[in-house]
Amino acid sequence: MSASTLATLKQGDLATIVAIHADQALHQRLLALGFRKGKQIELVRQAVFSGPLQVRLGTTDVVLRRNEASKIEVCKGAGCA
Amino acid sequence: MKRIALLGMPNTGKSTLFNRMTGGAARVGNWPGITVELLSGKILLGGDMVEIIDLPGIYDLHGFSDDEQVVRHFLHDNVPDLALVILNATQIERQMSLLLQLKQLNMNVVVLLNMSDEARKYGITIDSGKMSEMLGLPIYLLSGKYGAGYQDAIQAVTKALRYPTPGMAEQLRSQLEQDEHIESEMVRVLRHSVQVPVQMPEHLTDKLDRVMLHPWLGLPIFFGIMYLLFQGIFLLGQPLQGGVAEALSWLRGAALEAAVAGAPPWLSGLLLDGIYNGVATVAAFVPIIVLFFLFMAMVEDSGYLSRAAFLMDALMARMGLDGRGFVMLLMGFGCNVPALMGTRVMRSRSMRLLTMLVIPFSLCSARLQVFVFITAALFSPQHAPLVLFSLYLFSFAAAILTALLFRNKFQSTEPFVLELPPYRFPTLRQMLLRGWIEVRHFLSRATQFIVAGVVLVWLLTNLPSSAVPGSADTLAGMIGSALHPIFAPIGINEQLTIALIFGFVAKEIVIGSLAVIYGLSGDALSGALGQQLDWVQAYSFMLFTLVYTPCLSTIATLRSEAKDMRYTLFTLGWSLALAWALSFVFYQSARALGY
Repeated sequence: MSASTLATLKQGDLATIVAIHADQALHQRLLALGFRKGKQIELVRQAVFSGPLQVRLGTTDVVLRRNEASKIEVCKGAGCA
Repeated sequence: MKRIALLGMPNTGKSTLFNRMTGGAARVGNWPGITVELLSGKILLGGDMVEIIDLPGIYDLHGFSDDEQVVRHFLHDNVPDLALVILNATQIERQMSLLLQLKQLNMNVVVLLNMSDEARKYGITIDSGKMSEMLGLPIYLLSGKYGAGYQDAIQAVTKALRYPTPGMAEQLRSQLEQDEHIESEMVRVLRHSVQVPVQMPEHLTDKLDRVMLHPWLGLPIFFGIMYLLFQGIFLLGQPLQGGVAEALSWLRGAALEAAVAGAPPWLSGLLLDGIYNGVATVAAFVPIIVLFFLFMAMVEDSGYLSRAAFLMDALMARMGLDGRGFVMLLMGFGCNVPALMGTRVMRSRSMRLLTMLVIPFSLCSARLQVFVFITAALFSPQHAPLVLFSLYLFSFAAAILTALLFRNKFQSTEPFVLELPPYRFPTLRQMLLRGWIEVRHFLSRATQFIVAGVVLVWLLTNLPSSAVPGSADTLAGMIGSALHPIFAPIGINEQLTIALIFGFVAKEIVIGSLAVIYGLSGDALSGALGQQLDWVQAYSFMLFTLVYTPCLSTIATLRSEAKDMRYTLFTLGWSLALAWALSFVFYQSARALGY
């Protein structure tokens, strides 16, 4: 399985977080929102005009831009990390 | 006095609980970051007076945004006797990290797992006894909105207050470095006390979102909803406003004129034509304001604001703003002041300043009063709602233009990461509370600004006493003609100029001062305006009113939030220049086209 990021997923894809490559401030915020290594994540939908992504972690839905999503390394599928 | 602080992540219901505990009127809404200030209230608990403090939500104790710093400083400077930690039970999986961070500070803690009703619907089962035992903290399930579990929680709080207040751990920072420990502790506690279904059942939220956030239909639906809301406010509110205005002028004829009959003419003039006419004309708008905020409360509580942020972020990004900035513009439709304070959730100063530069163009409820009055006076009932909607579009256009022009001056790389809460419905109690808050807010503005404003306008239009009231020889007439060269090219006459000068203080005064200037109120005032102005002049006046500085409170807030006088003066100058330029272009082109 090649390394991909949250930004490369397609709508409806399930993935598992492998690593988060963000600066400290963003990293803290992502942690608090439930982004942790090994957690399962689903890409719910993408906004038009290269707008933000809606992702689901457990019971939390989060909206983030592609730029931020590209800092989150994932592998496709459940429990692959 | 003992002190209890409400702590938790954003949008977990701290303010809702605060209102329930204190009978207070903190603003609540389904938007992470609606509370950005400290609010306090006092209640009697177990025989003693206790102070309760509602704090802004924080994601963690490392936070860098202004609202999170408020909380950190508060905890550092005043250790509360009890920290009431409120977690969203539905999201316990991630929110427990904040609880564990707070636990390390060795505070006296009671934990409330709020929205337990929602968690049950999601099929999440929480063994609060087991969790309590593992963490060594008292933990209670609660629904702050509906009140289930509230009595048990209050008893626990009362009991916990009897323990002595612990000292704050000296090395706050180093205490917080132990996040790795938190990670494993969280997994351990959750595994034993919480069960989350593997596959979430499909909820109403998912179904609604499939339509509301549809790639191509989402934006048209958004504008459709807005249009219907404003149409509804106008159609329901305008007759109400007319009715109240009529009742108030009936009261004048039936009782007040006789009551002041013995007074000298100048005094009865000041009381009736000045204060009463002015204040009554403004007071007639109370029903519209209440109606407007009932709708606003529904939108804010529903969770749709976060959806609007999602839909608009791509466009906002091109203007150097983000989806949250768009939500602040929408909140500004109520009042610009809380919208400006709401930008505290942004960490980057440039983005905050750019957002605060565009918020004052948001057509607030005070300006709405002016526009409802003038559109009803000058346009047919079929056209009036459309004219009103066009002003909302101009409000967006002014914001967009400003952001595009200045985005290079305020560049930022602020990340955009936002929670999308499920749709929720406000309770009737929450909506009535919101209506009441706004009436109270209106009454306090009325007593501060509006009475003083209309008295001043009356003096200006009646002095010197040798002049015929309202004529060109009065002080108002002189000011009006002195400014004529500036306002004539945009079609604004002397009387309207005086109203605009007072509108600088607060937009409510605009209509009040027109009532005083013309010496008329209610229908008679509409009639006089309709005779004296044509629609081009009226629209130009409304454009100017829309774009120039909203009110003194907004300027004061801009200054205190930005802490920069030059920036504040710049926003002031820019809005005046833009207002004049827009009105000029509109007025001159409409005239050139033969209207």
